[in-house]
Amino acid sequence: MMLLNVDPSLVDWSRAQFALTAMYHWIFVPVTLGILFIIAFMETIYVKTGDPEWKRTTKFWMKLFGINFAIGVATGIILEFEFGTNWSNYSWFVGDIFGAPLAIEGIMAFFMESTFIAVMFFGWNKVSKKFHLASTWLTAIGANLSALWILVANGWMQFPTGMYFNPDTARNEMVNFWDVFLSPVAVNKFLHTITSGYIVASLFVIGISSYFLLRGRESLLAKRSIIIASVFGLISSIAIILTGHGSAVQVAEKQPMKLAAMEGLYKGGTNAELMGFGIITPGKQAFDGKNDYVVKFGFKGMLSYLIAFNKDHYVPGVEDLINGVPEKGILPAQERIDKGKIAVSSLKAYKIAKKNGNTAEARKMLALFNENYKHFGYGFLDKPTDIIPNVQLVFYSFHAMVLLGTFFVFVFLAFFWFSFRNTIEKFRFRKLLYYIALLCIPLSFIASEAGWVVVEVGRQPWVVQDYMPVSAAVTDISSSSVQLTFFIFAVVFTALLIAEVSIMTRQIKIGPTKQEK
Amino acid sequence: MASITFAALQHYWWFLVSVLGSALVFLLFVQGGQMLIYTLGKNETERSMLVNSLGRKWEFTFTTLVTFGGAFFASFPLFYSTSFGGAYWVWLIILLAFTVQAVSYEFRSKPSNVFGKKTFETLLFINGFLGTILLGIVVATLYNGAEFSLNTMNHVKWDNPARGLEAALNYHNLLLGFSVFFLSRVLALLYFRKTIENNEICNRIKKQLIINAVPFVLLFVSFVTILLLKTGYAIDPETKSIVFEKYKYLHNLIQMPLVAIMFIAGVLAVLWGIIATVVSDKYDNGIWFTGLGTFFAVLALLLIAGLNNTSFYPSITHPESSLTVYNASSSEYTLKTMAIVSLIIPFVFAYIVVAWRSINKRKITRSEIEDSNEHHY
Repeated sequence: MMLLNVDPSLVDWSRAQFALTAMYHWIFVPVTLGILFIIAFMETIYVKTGDPEWKRTTKFWMKLFGINFAIGVATGIILEFEFGTNWSNYSWFVGDIFGAPLAIEGIMAFFMESTFIAVMFFGWNKVSKKFHLASTWLTAIGANLSALWILVANGWMQFPTGMYFNPDTARNEMVNFWDVFLSPVAVNKFLHTITSGYIVASLFVIGISSYFLLRGRESLLAKRSIIIASVFGLISSIAIILTGHGSAVQVAEKQPMKLAAMEGLYKGGTNAELMGFGIITPGKQAFDGKNDYVVKFGFKGMLSYLIAFNKDHYVPGVEDLINGVPEKGILPAQERIDKGKIAVSSLKAYKIAKKNGNTAEARKMLALFNENYKHFGYGFLDKPTDIIPNVQLVFYSFHAMVLLGTFFVFVFLAFFWFSFRNTIEKFRFRKLLYYIALLCIPLSFIASEAGWVVVEVGRQPWVVQDYMPVSAAVTDISSSSVQLTFFIFAVVFTALLIAEVSIMTRQIKIGPTKQEK
Repeated sequence: MASITFAALQHYWWFLVSVLGSALVFLLFVQGGQMLIYTLGKNETERSMLVNSLGRKWEFTFTTLVTFGGAFFASFPLFYSTSFGGAYWVWLIILLAFTVQAVSYEFRSKPSNVFGKKTFETLLFINGFLGTILLGIVVATLYNGAEFSLNTMNHVKWDNPARGLEAALNYHNLLLGFSVFFLSRVLALLYFRKTIENNEICNRIKKQLIINAVPFVLLFVSFVTILLLKTGYAIDPETKSIVFEKYKYLHNLIQMPLVAIMFIAGVLAVLWGIIATVVSDKYDNGIWFTGLGTFFAVLALLLIAGLNNTSFYPSITHPESSLTVYNASSSEYTLKTMAIVSLIIPFVFAYIVVAWRSINKRKITRSEIEDSNEHHY
């Protein structure tokens, strides 16, 4: 009925293609989200003070933004349509809910962004100062609004809510828009993601400003930019810690397997340990009896405490989630698979009975289906261990993100301290500081991509948590077609990235325009 | 009572999707213009003027395409899953053609762009060429159908191994594809006439206008004639099953006179804009007539594709799987929620007009393009 015998390589290639597009897209988007606000702050100061140097500063960052923006748009359109081209069964299964945020994104956010971006770039000598400033702010707001809607959609996949399954149309239908929009997962995800963008953008600005200071050029522009970016980065860092904590609590509650993977926790319990960092035993599999870690540095009880402010809080590990912990209300995975298969077959029987006009049978089958629907996705799995994501990848990505994020706080603090007192050019180890700032640009990209790896690899095999695994979501097409498009995309995106990096570096070297009227 | 409301919402959303589609066809002047950069611009400055004139508008076309996709997904998800997943290759080629466009404006004239100016101009050409023809072909499949079936879970099975490319072998689809191709060029010429101040370019525009308008009119008239004589996939209002109806689209025009009037008025406005620009040396408002005319004529064509009990995406191989506004739409709740959201569209339109006018108040001149303090492409 559904694609029960899907070619596994089709699923892998489709996932690879989506991951490729998403990761390329995410190279460009964080800077866009954050730098627009930084630009808007700068232009606001220009309009307030009338100081042409601020205008020059604004226009310099705007130029870099423009180079970065176009390529984000280019990869974004592919992402949107890939839901249809490569995940068409998914598109139908949840389109009634998932389509709405995408449409609202277009109507509300993309038009705002694309309309005012034109004024921002071309309107300097055509519209009034205030109209121009308003356009810059609206572009920033538009870009962030578009992030809002796509993250609401993503949040819904992690924590499906506000819907019911209609057996006649064979899809989930929305019953409460506000449940979807204001779901705690969506809200946390949105705030955590945009603030991560602000941090990446702040480091981008500080890094490039440091380059100018290293070269002894554009000192005023660089120092002013650093002040704004370090304040913005610091505030965002506080927000990202809070929302990161909020996200982890949500994951613990709604996606316990993801949390277990993030912490490399195979055997759970109360007083669970929070890993500072560690090395998972190479080749470690669930139930192989090997030690979890070769080396570790953790805080006993901290994980339980952070999730529930109670170190006696029980946190299930990977193996507990497979075996089941009845006293904690966790069903064994095999039992969920069995129930899922009942859901799948009763839906099929319901449809046949209904077609044949057998009302009594149809009613009976529907009742059976509804009783087991919450295990529906498990019905497409073969064995309990199918619900385990790639633990090592999730674990290392998560810890890379957290450690880098913590490091960035100190970088922001250092730059804030020196720029606030205007002593950066007198600091003894200033060169070291500048080089660290430059290094933070690629590091911030790594941290930000790692965050998405945690979210998306950590939820495997689910496209829609518990309701639809990737194997049931994929478009029925030959694996070789997807392979071909994967390589075409890989070549095109890489070529565009090379051009963008080359243009960007050159524009940074050229620096801002000579003078501003 | 509830079912009447649901049907009204389904029709309302077909109307909205059609509005977005029509706006998109008008905005394809950007793609048309990208094919004319070398035809109209004989030196670097002239070409830069043309590229910059388009560069202020490409995002509207792009955004409209994305929003069209999103709105179609939200309102008729079965089309999204059926057509995108089924006609895989044709959609992916369209997407790629738009992906390479987005960067080309920004990268084209920047130093160290690795691949050179010519490459990005070629990408703009490819976007114009493939984007217009393939979008036209895809839209034509709303009348001519495609080869697919849907199972009880509404999952698509495509019956042609070419996965969508087979649509390019149907001559009626091709007629629309090439009509859109020439129309986009005509619109671009009129748009340049309005936005660029340069005598040499204006003289070339006039000549090109005739060269492109004549094939457009011939192709478009052939497409419409065949369409109106065609047997369509109608929905039996009683059983909701698919029945064949001779002259279905002609009947739709007759049975919806407002749509017929819209179509005729649109076509006349298109012609007026072209003719007025050709005969006069001073007239530069052709883009408004031809543009608005395009919008209304396309809107009428899209309305007769889906309204009045017509299948908007027929299955040639399994007619019972054909998509209609009834079986392909979102739930009543979602359509209602989205209908509330759609109330902001006039507001969005208003700010687009304000911003557009503020940028286009003055024509693009040689001196603006040569000013290094201005943002250029």
